[in-house]
Amino acid sequence: MQINSPQFKDNARIALADANLQKALGNLKAGFPGKRAAAVSRLPEFEQLRDQAQDIKNHAIENLDFYLETFESKVQENGGHVHWASSNDDACQTILDICRSVGARTVTKGKSMVTEEIGLNEFLQQHSIEPIETDLGEYILQLRNDHPSHIIAPAIHLNLPDVSEVFAEKHGTPRKDDPEALMQEARDVLRDHFVAADVGITGANFYVPETGSTIIVTNEGNGDLTQTLPKVHIVVTSIEKCAPTLEDLSLFLRLLARSATGQECTVYNTLSSGPRQPGDQDGPEQFHVVLVDNGRSDMVGDDLQDMLRCIRCSACMNHCPVYSQIGGHAYGWVYPGPMGSVLTPKMIGIHDAGHLPNASTFCGKCESVCPVRIPLPKLMRHWRETQHQQQTSPATGRIAIAGWAWLARHPRLYHWGSSIAVKAMHLLGHKKGRLSSLPIGRGWTLWRDLPAPQSASFQQQWANKKHKSKGTPS
Amino acid sequence: MSVSPYLQAPEHPPKQPRVALFITCLVDAMRPSVAFATIKLLEAAGCQVSVPELQTCCGQPAYNSGAKLDTQKIARQNLKKFADYDFVVGPSGSCIGMLHQYPDLFAPGSTDHQQAENLARKAWEATSFLTDVMQFQMPTTQQSIKVTYHDSCAGLRELGVQQQPRQLLAQVAGLEINEMAEADTCCGFGGTFCIKFPDISNRMVSNKAENAEQSGAQMLLGGDLGCLMNMAGKLKRQESTLQTRHVLELLADMLEEPAIGEAPGTPLRAPDTQLGYEV
Repeated sequence: MQINSPQFKDNARIALADANLQKALGNLKAGFPGKRAAAVSRLPEFEQLRDQAQDIKNHAIENLDFYLETFESKVQENGGHVHWASSNDDACQTILDICRSVGARTVTKGKSMVTEEIGLNEFLQQHSIEPIETDLGEYILQLRNDHPSHIIAPAIHLNLPDVSEVFAEKHGTPRKDDPEALMQEARDVLRDHFVAADVGITGANFYVPETGSTIIVTNEGNGDLTQTLPKVHIVVTSIEKCAPTLEDLSLFLRLLARSATGQECTVYNTLSSGPRQPGDQDGPEQFHVVLVDNGRSDMVGDDLQDMLRCIRCSACMNHCPVYSQIGGHAYGWVYPGPMGSVLTPKMIGIHDAGHLPNASTFCGKCESVCPVRIPLPKLMRHWRETQHQQQTSPATGRIAIAGWAWLARHPRLYHWGSSIAVKAMHLLGHKKGRLSSLPIGRGWTLWRDLPAPQSASFQQQWANKKHKSKGTPS
Repeated sequence: MSVSPYLQAPEHPPKQPRVALFITCLVDAMRPSVAFATIKLLEAAGCQVSVPELQTCCGQPAYNSGAKLDTQKIARQNLKKFADYDFVVGPSGSCIGMLHQYPDLFAPGSTDHQQAENLARKAWEATSFLTDVMQFQMPTTQQSIKVTYHDSCAGLRELGVQQQPRQLLAQVAGLEINEMAEADTCCGFGGTFCIKFPDISNRMVSNKAENAEQSGAQMLLGGDLGCLMNMAGKLKRQESTLQTRHVLELLADMLEEPAIGEAPGTPLRAPDTQLGYEV
């Protein structure tokens, strides 16, 4: 996927002025947070479950080598294959090789952000294999040559007319404006693809070393058809998505559904534990799991390790006051919102992703709803510190902060300087009570006035008061 | 941001504790009346209030800009300045929240870390200190006014400040709280965020201004001057007659100074004023 993160500020400005996008984002704001809150309020032990999930994930990450190897041997015992991919290119090549080994021409795909991360669709197309997205949102995006703007509601940036338009154009059918009819049309088209596909590719929300299983959760059932009908099922997932046991998995599923959509349980929870066994009525003949690293193993033991707990529920972006104004595309790469502002700099480099960890007010709402308690603001601050150390943040801001910090450590000079500034601003603004323009800080006065200070500083007034009371004969 | 582990209120309110006022740089420069109001309320609650001299800032602008070394230096200065008091209290959840993050700046086991933990244990946001520590009952006051309250993010999520200011406001006779929609959503200030990303910040503060207007209140209150200046600045740019004040000014019954961004002598607007402007 093309990296558009350096243009974050322009992207955001365009997004704010896009009436259709704003309408679509209004639906997000009105939907997810309220549903999550209601689901959480129905589960009194929710906070304890978060603590447990945090502990289990920490344990899994600290013992990742053990769990990965256990998972590999279990998958092999079950008759499947595990492939290790350290980079995006490795992952794509491995998947292509499997597809070619069975002469595949079309593959169906369940929803998977890891395949977005590795750029699988483009890669397969370049090698004459046609990937068909089967999640409704992803399918709509594929028809529009578009990309997800949200990790679980990929087409959240679109409105009904966008779908009507692209279906009529690409399916060559009369335009429909009824969501039900559009959905039926997509089902009809996708049925043929499900039957024709040579290979089915899905992601995995978790892998389970105990049983060598992977699991996907969907609300459409498309994942089940993707993975059971073709001869070959390829699971593409990343190394940190570990739920050590089925017992642990059930805890994560309870948290995931509630945090993501406010459901008690996602509609389809589908476990895959290897290829079709003798006596099975259906299932793939081959079962492959591609485990993608792509920088994750570097994060074990470093300042970003907490991020490896992420279960991709999207609660952080659903509750983010920045994401909910500008949508996911503005972030310019695969993962948007707070979790993306931590991951993207790791994956595409801080040079290109520099704006993202700064595009947060640190309001802390993301952390307060994260089911596995990832300290997202702290991790974004880690990137700000990296930029500061590497001197890659904008020089004007850096110099201003350094100058101000120096003054803050020289209180007499600080007070001398601030008393002049306070006096000047008071003189200019006290009649109206505010200033409408300033020689510096245009970012403030562009959209709002600056309230004028009240005469002298508090410390000056306090010193005068003390001085007077000392001078008064008792 | 999870609520600070250092917040532990004593079971019984302390008798005449020695309290240092943490003024905060914004209150010092822009709105001294908030500091005077804080002192008045703390004294009414029985505290012996001192104002350590030559205060500057908590260091948060440096911390959130990634300048960790500068932050450590500023923190050490404050660790020294505020070491000798029973409590350190300030009219800001954001700055006091920063004091609660000082331990993160230093290696566990170091003297700095130990001192930082000591400071964090006694650092309180003013409304939380008055209610949670001092169990303060407001003196009988009367204000016929409809207000709405903005929950500033750091106070809310780092220090658990939400019910405390409302509890105090509820003791003011004649005062009515009209809660606005999304009271706990960020106003878009975010320190340097509002300068770095003015367009996004503007949309956030516009939403906040609209929600505050729609509450039908005459006055918008909050506990952090940064957010209050952001919201007042937006409201005034839109020529709104909704007044904005720090909650402590109202609680201390110190409303002589004009409201934030307001010209002297501007009267309080009538209740349920409908402006009907478009955001």
